[in-house]
Amino acid sequence: MTSLIQTRQLSKVYGHGDLAVHALRSIDLAIDVGEFVAIMGPSGSGKTTLMNLLGCLDRPTDGSYELLGHEVAKLSKSELAEVRNVILGFVFQNYNLLPRTTALENVQLPLMYAGVPGRERKERAAEALAKVGLAERLNHTPAELSGGQQQRVAIARALVSNPRIILADEPTGNLDTQTSLEIIELFQDLSNVGITIVYVTHEPEIALFASRVLTVRDGYLASDVQQTPAIARDALSNLVSPHIPEGRCA
Amino acid sequence: MTYLLTFKVAFSALMRTKTRSLLTILGVIIGVGAVIAMVSIGESAKAKVAKSFESMGTNTLMIRPGSSSRGGVRGGAGSRDTITWEDLKAIRDIDLIVNAAPELTTNAQVLTESSNWSTKITGTESEWFTIRNLKAESGEMFTEIDVSQATKVAVIGKTVSDALFGEGVDPVGEQIRIGHVPFNVIGLAKSRGASAFGSDNDDIVIIPVTTYEQKVSSGSRKYIRGNLLAQAGDAASTASAKAEIEQLLFERHKIADGAEADFQVHDPSEIAAAQAESANTITSLLAGVALVSLLVGGIGIMNIMLVSVTERTREIGLRMAVGAKEAQVLAQFLVEAVVLSLIGGILGIGAGIGAAKYMASEFGFPLVLDVQIMVIAVGVSGLVGIVFGLYPARKASSLDPITALRFE
Repeated sequence: MTSLIQTRQLSKVYGHGDLAVHALRSIDLAIDVGEFVAIMGPSGSGKTTLMNLLGCLDRPTDGSYELLGHEVAKLSKSELAEVRNVILGFVFQNYNLLPRTTALENVQLPLMYAGVPGRERKERAAEALAKVGLAERLNHTPAELSGGQQQRVAIARALVSNPRIILADEPTGNLDTQTSLEIIELFQDLSNVGITIVYVTHEPEIALFASRVLTVRDGYLASDVQQTPAIARDALSNLVSPHIPEGRCA
Repeated sequence: MTYLLTFKVAFSALMRTKTRSLLTILGVIIGVGAVIAMVSIGESAKAKVAKSFESMGTNTLMIRPGSSSRGGVRGGAGSRDTITWEDLKAIRDIDLIVNAAPELTTNAQVLTESSNWSTKITGTESEWFTIRNLKAESGEMFTEIDVSQATKVAVIGKTVSDALFGEGVDPVGEQIRIGHVPFNVIGLAKSRGASAFGSDNDDIVIIPVTTYEQKVSSGSRKYIRGNLLAQAGDAASTASAKAEIEQLLFERHKIADGAEADFQVHDPSEIAAAQAESANTITSLLAGVALVSLLVGGIGIMNIMLVSVTERTREIGLRMAVGAKEAQVLAQFLVEAVVLSLIGGILGIGAGIGAAKYMASEFGFPLVLDVQIMVIAVGVSGLVGIVFGLYPARKASSLDPITALRFE
């Protein structure tokens, strides 16, 4: 059986000649359906480059990348856009929500490009927001939401098109420990319903919650370790300071 | 993504920066408004000229006697009687001429029991009313019988009527005196306002030419002491009618080739054409200036859209990351620019009409609103949106999603 994600000798070089920077060198990687993968590595190691290649936001210089058995390099720009729209969901460190736009409208964005009709779009967006515990915040703009809530909106946006994979680049990078754990808890819930999750982090304690940890160093895949994931819900209840939750997770 | 949705997305993006959108629109409003107002003013001026010539008739020729020349001292046009009643008959026989009438004028005091007024007295024949396109407001015009019997009847203009009998009073049936001679007012002429040259067309008393020569200003058995009006069948044949009249009078007056003519034939359509021409020139000049301001408005749109693209680079990256295709991003920014310019164009029509109305009432022009120009102006503003929106939109859509997302 083919893996969900399969890369062979995947490389990425920025620039030419003497100035060339080898961001990724010959990555061989397979990720299966339902895996919960953390990508770790020091800054400049190439982990974000790997993430962007996996997310079809960037094209490799060399090697092959098969997503669901299809060679990504053979896809046109507009087909790539469709892949990002239907198969993938993105979560960014800085949320990347549209300013002065309500949570509901932000979450509808991928559905607009998918051509989903208006009413269904709204229903599905509201549903996705409810899943991340923001049923009460549909009409709030990003400025009216906390960082954790904004990241939840971003996750709802990634979820709304029912993607196979969610790719998250430092999703907890801007959040405090408590909120970070809540976001990870959310990811674990999504993983439990069969969504493959790949996230980049440079914090070892956040990587503990993954079932598999990849470490990238100088563009190479330095280690690939399976582990028993820590449970975010338990970690949350063990936190010393009492905390009023921002919303319950589905 | 449907077209409607693209519009919605563009519109909501514009609503996020209301002040900026409004200011951008303002440039287009001024541009389109200026085009419409300027063209309207030009057209109104032209209409005013055309209207004033209409009362005279552009197919009407005026034949004036020539100047006198005695011992080297030359009088002005009409200072010598050269055109005869026989000439008039001969002119009436020309095929191209449908109507001809003498027009003898003098200024005289017109009196009633209680009032008096100095005005222009015109002695003529009944065909004059047809040539001058003058209709009765009330009562009737005099006829050939009045002319042949030299009856003492008068048709008066509104200005004279108002001055003698008071505003709005029907003068028909009243009596006026010109000098010592009493006349029955049988008709009130329809008001025609000012002439092409600014004089009051309504300040007039018209009487049969026979009565005029006997009672008002002494006439001559042979010569017509005034002008002749001759009307051609239509505007197109006016020029050839003019040539025929000149030919006829040259022969009748036995003027040798190259000698100075003792008459002049004026063609008012030439003057009308010249005035319409100058009005046209002014219209195009004004429209040209206005178009420049529309162009400036368009550049304003491009400027704002470029700023918007730069400012929203991350947004564009995000849209691409969640599945927006290049064409969809292009469409969004293009539609934003077009929506801006179209809203500006539509509001500009309102502003233009308002400005045109104001200026028309200020300068006393008839208001002429050219729907075609409005359609063109809005079309041009839409085009401005496309042309000036295309570059920023292309810039946005050609962004690499990853570069766009990382943009600080």
